[in-house]
Amino acid sequence: MTQLTHLDRLEAESIHILREVAASMQNPVMMYSIGKDSSVLLHLARKAFHPGPIPFPLLHVDTTWKFSEMIAFRDVLKDDPQTDLLVHINQEGVDQGIGPFTHGSALHTDVMKTQALKQALDKYKFDAAIGGARRDEEKSRAKERIFSFRSAQHRWDPKNQRPELWSLYNTRIKPGESVRVFPISNWTELDIWQYIYQENIEIVPLYFAAERPVVERDGILVMVDDDRLPLEPGEEPMMKTVRFRTLGCYPLTGAVESTASTITEIIEEMLRTTTSEREGRAIDKDAPASMEMKKQEGYF
Amino acid sequence: MNAYAAPQFADIETYLDSQLKKSLLRFITCGSVDDGKSTLIGRLLYESKMIFDDQLASLKNESKKFGTQGEEIDFALLVDGLAAEREQGITIDVAYRFFSTDRRKFIVADTPGHEQYTRNMATGASTADLAIVMIDARKGVLTQTRRHSFIVSLLGIKHVVLCINKMDLVDYDKAVYDKILKDYRDFAADFGFESVQAIPVSALAGDNVVTNSDRTPWYDGPPLMEYLDTVEIRAEDQDKAFRMPVQWVSRPNLDFRGFAGQIVSGRIRPGESVRALPSGRSSKVASIVSYSGDLDEGVEGQSITLTLEDEIDISRGDVLCADQAPAEVSDQFQSTILWMSDSAMLPGRSYVMKIGARECQMQVTEQRYRVDVNTRAHEAAKTLNLNEIGVCNIALDREIAFDAYGDNRRMGGFIIIDRMTNETVGMGLINFALRRASNIHRQSLDVSKELRASMKGQKPVILWFTGLSGAGKSTVANIVEKRLAAMGKHTYTLDGDNVRHGLNHDLGFTDADRVENIRRVGEVSKLMVDAGLIVLVSFISPFRAERRIVRQMVEDGEFWEVFVDAPLEVAESRDVKGLYKKARAGEIKNFTGIDSPYEAPLEPEVHLETDKLSPEDGADRVIAMLQQAGVLSS
Ligand SMILES: Nc1nc2c(ncn2[C@@H]2O[C@H](COP(=O)(O)OP(=O)(O)OP(=O)(O)O)[C@@H](O)[C@H]2O)c(=O)[nH]1
Ligand SMILES: [Mg+2]
Repeated sequence: MTQLTHLDRLEAESIHILREVAASMQNPVMMYSIGKDSSVLLHLARKAFHPGPIPFPLLHVDTTWKFSEMIAFRDVLKDDPQTDLLVHINQEGVDQGIGPFTHGSALHTDVMKTQALKQALDKYKFDAAIGGARRDEEKSRAKERIFSFRSAQHRWDPKNQRPELWSLYNTRIKPGESVRVFPISNWTELDIWQYIYQENIEIVPLYFAAERPVVERDGILVMVDDDRLPLEPGEEPMMKTVRFRTLGCYPLTGAVESTASTITEIIEEMLRTTTSEREGRAIDKDAPASMEMKKQEGYF
Repeated sequence: MNAYAAPQFADIETYLDSQLKKSLLRFITCGSVDDGKSTLIGRLLYESKMIFDDQLASLKNESKKFGTQGEEIDFALLVDGLAAEREQGITIDVAYRFFSTDRRKFIVADTPGHEQYTRNMATGASTADLAIVMIDARKGVLTQTRRHSFIVSLLGIKHVVLCINKMDLVDYDKAVYDKILKDYRDFAADFGFESVQAIPVSALAGDNVVTNSDRTPWYDGPPLMEYLDTVEIRAEDQDKAFRMPVQWVSRPNLDFRGFAGQIVSGRIRPGESVRALPSGRSSKVASIVSYSGDLDEGVEGQSITLTLEDEIDISRGDVLCADQAPAEVSDQFQSTILWMSDSAMLPGRSYVMKIGARECQMQVTEQRYRVDVNTRAHEAAKTLNLNEIGVCNIALDREIAFDAYGDNRRMGGFIIIDRMTNETVGMGLINFALRRASNIHRQSLDVSKELRASMKGQKPVILWFTGLSGAGKSTVANIVEKRLAAMGKHTYTLDGDNVRHGLNHDLGFTDADRVENIRRVGEVSKLMVDAGLIVLVSFISPFRAERRIVRQMVEDGEFWEVFVDAPLEVAESRDVKGLYKKARAGEIKNFTGIDSPYEAPLEPEVHLETDKLSPEDGADRVIAMLQQAGVLSS
């Protein structure tokens, strides 16, 4: 007799959500950020529609400051005939030379990520954007619905969310409006790792410990991923055995010193850690409500 | 501090295996405003070591800034994640949080106590197996305690933990606890709860949350955490009959036709017979397809894809059932509804119902009564306002497969969506089907013009575009129709192209034929209005008398004459179809404006001078007129 585990139930819920999006939205897209959550999401989408192909494209919003290993990992997927991967870059931002060092992390993130995302959604007229955010990541995410409604201006109104009962999702919207859909809302970081382990899902090697050149800035280890990182006088990249708990733009993502080089070692390390996975992200720290504000403005 | 209980096992594999074997409990906290729900959840998260160092540091900072506890940590801030919540010190929307013990994993939904946000409480409750009802020991059972407990019971939650909180503020007095417990038991006696476990706690001080408190020596029950960890919740859905609403028909190639969905109850194996509802056709399961190979069995909770032995017609929204124990099928029900919108529920109005994977049109045919949440007395009421609960008869535009909510939550629960705003305005539970033979409400649902119109959510009218050839009738009508479609209206356009070639292909352009042409078009439009449609007619229709005849065929306010007016020279100079040229050359006889008269309307509802107005502006004027006249809502 089949007994479902906790992970089986999470997987089934996510697949149900993905199928609802495909069946009831006109033009959905799946956000592909190249991180571990995206890898899980992609795996779930393959499972949801097997033996058919995934019935919607993937979209990577490229800020041009991602780790080069992330881009290499993405490009393998780009060549996969089974998946339709779109890449969008905010060209205006590139023309203006926007970057985290010259303009600061907040402006960089706004222009190259939030604005870029909105541009892409408008350009392709996507009415549903599937994302890999989880409720355990951050306290305003813990408040968000699975089908999260956005106005024609991509705004989230956290004080006026649609009730979401049982697993019945209201997918009706007017022209121009859209929804963000979060199929792995109820997964925790541990669930994600355990599922990656169980299903043997491929992830970017940056999650595993290796010798990498880093500099220390404000207590954060920044990897010297390319020569755009301006070194301060006397600053020398040092080789350290590090890995990353989350991935984003390399100048904004802190490495942790670690020797965990397999999934099980990563999980073991996670069980001992005393900081949250967002600790290494510059973007969340500006102000207590900063994630909520960004989300209201259209950030994922 | 460590966020996960440190591994108790020699090796990680054993640890991971033990994680997988943990059972899952979903619960909510509910009760009246400020009773301490969020504080309790914050405390549970903290005590179960789910809070990381960096989160604790920012909690301490925020507690100083927004906290209600002076220099102390305000645990509610861990859970009240929205800026507005932290500023106002209340919960507005439900927060989903996760923690685990050695035995169980928990998903907790912390819901708001404020009456205004009842719908968010219901959101949290709809997926819960257990409810913690919080009571402020100083205040006792309040209206919101009763409302929330009622909703908990309606939704079929069988296990309640009654947390009598803020015991620190009543000197841990047993008499206070006993009194509240008695009040609650009296009130909730007929709620169908299988267990009510009362616990005296202080969410703030931590008494009886994780360990038994010395300050309540008179309490001999378990602390909250221990109770949550051990309370037995029977998972019955696996033992019920097989049900799977079809979400998605998978047709990747001509040889494969699979039906994808999540099994909401029971189990299924290849070779077993299933019945598709509402059609009633049966077949056998050929295979259960999955990414990692075919499965021997599918069980409740799994999302699967089935193939069948026979080619039967099944689409999204149909339900596959055990052939020997199928669900019921009906289009009329008695249901219990919780209304969630500021605009009241209106009997007779057409709403969208979503149940399983099906959306259909629904109408409340009769509200039987409203329930007073304090006394649970039945009150006569014609409508339901925000947060009110009532029992109503409803009718659908088609038959659906269902089970009573009490028998199967996911086969009997539905949401109600407003057709105009697309908001979720209510939730409902099917109590039972109203049978055709035995119910008197059937007659009240005679399919009339009004019913057809109301099911389409619109007022049917004829928009009659008249004017010279080339004046721009079709162009304007076309834009108007697109605008209407964007508003979700059901429309149809009749013009020369689709009528002259078919219905009227026997007619020419003599005066008599022109009259007959318009008569037929008028009759067809009238039928379409009866069917509930907004009909756009663009015909030259040169004679006043014929236009008047059509106007008289339908009811007052159903005929709207739009005079699409361009001077002959302008129309002739446009000459899109080259007809004027042929008419001038004598190749076409009886051409309006050339050798046959056009009688301009004397009092059209709208007059569009298309030589001065763009087609878009013209269309705007038509829409604006309909809005002013109340045909369309503005
Ligand atoms: N003395 C005392 N105060 C408490 C206790 N539990 C909560 N409080 C305080 O009561 C107030 C309200 O607590 P919350 O946890 O926000 O209440 P709530 O039930 O979540 O409120 P809503 O979600 O807005 O309905 C806060 O100031 C808490 O610090 C307790 O056990 N003892
Ligand atoms: Mg609260």
